[in-house]
Amino acid sequence: MLKYIVRRVLTMIPTLLVVIFIVLFLMNLTPGSPALNILGPDATQEMVEELNHKLGYDRPFFVRFVDYVVNLVQGDMGTTYRTNRSVFKEIVTRYPITVRLSILVIVIACCIGIPLGILSAVKQYSFFDTAGTVGALFMACIPAFWLGLMLVLLFSLKLGWLPASGTDHWYSYILPALTQAIPQSARSMRMTRTSMLETIRQDYIKTARSKGQIERKVILKHALKNALLPVVTMVGVDFGFILGGTIVIERVFSINGVGTLILDAIQTKDIPLVTGCAVFFAFFYMLVLLIVDVLYALIDPRIKARYRGQKA
Amino acid sequence: MDSLLSVRNLVTRYETDSATVEAVNDISFDVLPGETLGLVGETGAGKTTTALSILQLLPERTGVIKSGAICYKGEDLLSKSKEEMRLIRGACISMIFQDPMTALNPVLTIGEQIRESLEIHNYDGLSREQLDERVDELLEMVGIRTSRKYDYPHQFSGGMKQRVVIAISLACNPELIIADEPTTALDVTIQAQVLAMMMDLKNRLKTSMIMITHDLGIVAQTCDKVAIMYAGEIVESGTVRDIYLGEKHHPYTVGLFGSIPDLEKETRRLSPIEGIMPDPRNLPTGCKFHPRCAHCTARCEREAPPVYREGSHEIRCHLFAAEDANGN
Repeated sequence: MLKYIVRRVLTMIPTLLVVIFIVLFLMNLTPGSPALNILGPDATQEMVEELNHKLGYDRPFFVRFVDYVVNLVQGDMGTTYRTNRSVFKEIVTRYPITVRLSILVIVIACCIGIPLGILSAVKQYSFFDTAGTVGALFMACIPAFWLGLMLVLLFSLKLGWLPASGTDHWYSYILPALTQAIPQSARSMRMTRTSMLETIRQDYIKTARSKGQIERKVILKHALKNALLPVVTMVGVDFGFILGGTIVIERVFSINGVGTLILDAIQTKDIPLVTGCAVFFAFFYMLVLLIVDVLYALIDPRIKARYRGQKA
Repeated sequence: MDSLLSVRNLVTRYETDSATVEAVNDISFDVLPGETLGLVGETGAGKTTTALSILQLLPERTGVIKSGAICYKGEDLLSKSKEEMRLIRGACISMIFQDPMTALNPVLTIGEQIRESLEIHNYDGLSREQLDERVDELLEMVGIRTSRKYDYPHQFSGGMKQRVVIAISLACNPELIIADEPTTALDVTIQAQVLAMMMDLKNRLKTSMIMITHDLGIVAQTCDKVAIMYAGEIVESGTVRDIYLGEKHHPYTVGLFGSIPDLEKETRRLSPIEGIMPDPRNLPTGCKFHPRCAHCTARCEREAPPVYREGSHEIRCHLFAAEDANGN
């Protein structure tokens, strides 16, 4: 198992290299130079060239790529073009906000979605199931920005219970988290329902019933653990995705997370900052996927055996 | 002797919006204490549905027991509440399913799965240690090393898994075991082993059994009585002696025996029964077997055949009923 994890961590390195290459390459393809963006349209040609030279932007693409990688290995992610502050610090000060928000979103989504999905599957074709499925479809279709605005309208403006923006208090996170968690919980619910329906048709569920097991335990002890695998996969992938910046809700609720950071960085063509964010996202995404795979092993002994069987 | 289980005029249907499947049509049989009844028939004859009807494990929305009675020790199971029925399952009547590959939960150890039955029906208030001992005892009974109780189903072969399934079914010393094709999914050599073990345990524990199978060889080896099912009906029933050595047989039974190769005669081809089992959503009128029967008469197409009796031997066929009428 440990061998498996070490090997997975090692495979992250080439993936990160590819990510860096692609980001730098794409930034290189976009028109305009960083200096032009910083100095504005009034700058003279000499001033632009001088700044580009200072930033090292006049060197060939591959040199800059290798340079970036070498610096990264030494723990240096460069400085931002605009503010001249350390990219690493810039991201690290903002990332906890996004991480907190993402965790909250996933926890709320799972707490609502999974139990509802189970209930819906167990009571298939009932009124609850139909209402739940239609409701979930509806929720999954709502755009986050609209839902966010509606929630603000109700809870901040009308009722005045929760702040409409910022991250000053713990309860400031409630509205943005709910905004993202509601469509997310609809996804979890639909996934859990489908997976559960498939599981409760399995023979071992019949075996459990033929033992005289009570229905609640048939579902919770026998079916749930088996049904959870695809749900864990989906939630994991979604979590990784949300970690990569909850851009829309950060905009709607004016939250200073990495979502807003990367958006600004792209607009100003701040290459070190964009690349730094991409490296961070990629790293955390892979980390989450690794955690999901380890969780698999905890849920399913067959997968655990497979991990053990692999030679590093 | 009073019957342990007595099924009378059982009718089970699967009802969906688009069709009604007439799975079991008016069947009756008895199982005496310590006796093994063989339920024989092709796939789709209604054997498994009969078993699931007894345990009331039919699919919740579609499976319906339309009429009839299922009496266990004189008590009607169909009038029992869900909770009363739950307490009977596993403790009094247990079931061995066809495919051991899928009958065990992949995420629980086999020890846990055997223990579960014991815990559900732990009326004597056994302690944890005593339950563990009983699990070991059961594993030994079915010939599995007790140290393997911490293993998961995927670590066992098919035959071993079926032994675990058998251990589960025996856990609470039930008086009746319904074995639904317990060896169909196994290799021939393993089949013989598992079957011999089952019979040995059955005789030692004096359990009654309903052996569901399509293999007449297994029936001859293991059963006391046989009921041959076709399209949801029992077309012929009797003791093993009646079925294997009797002179008169339902044409379907003749066909079944005819499709087994004979060791002593040299035949180039097997003789299968022509045609296929009728669609249970649209069963033929009269005798359900008439479209495939070589002796079919106009009467067979119109009227359901009466029962012809000769001691313990019963045949549902116009062929003998006519003879019976003439004889009288």
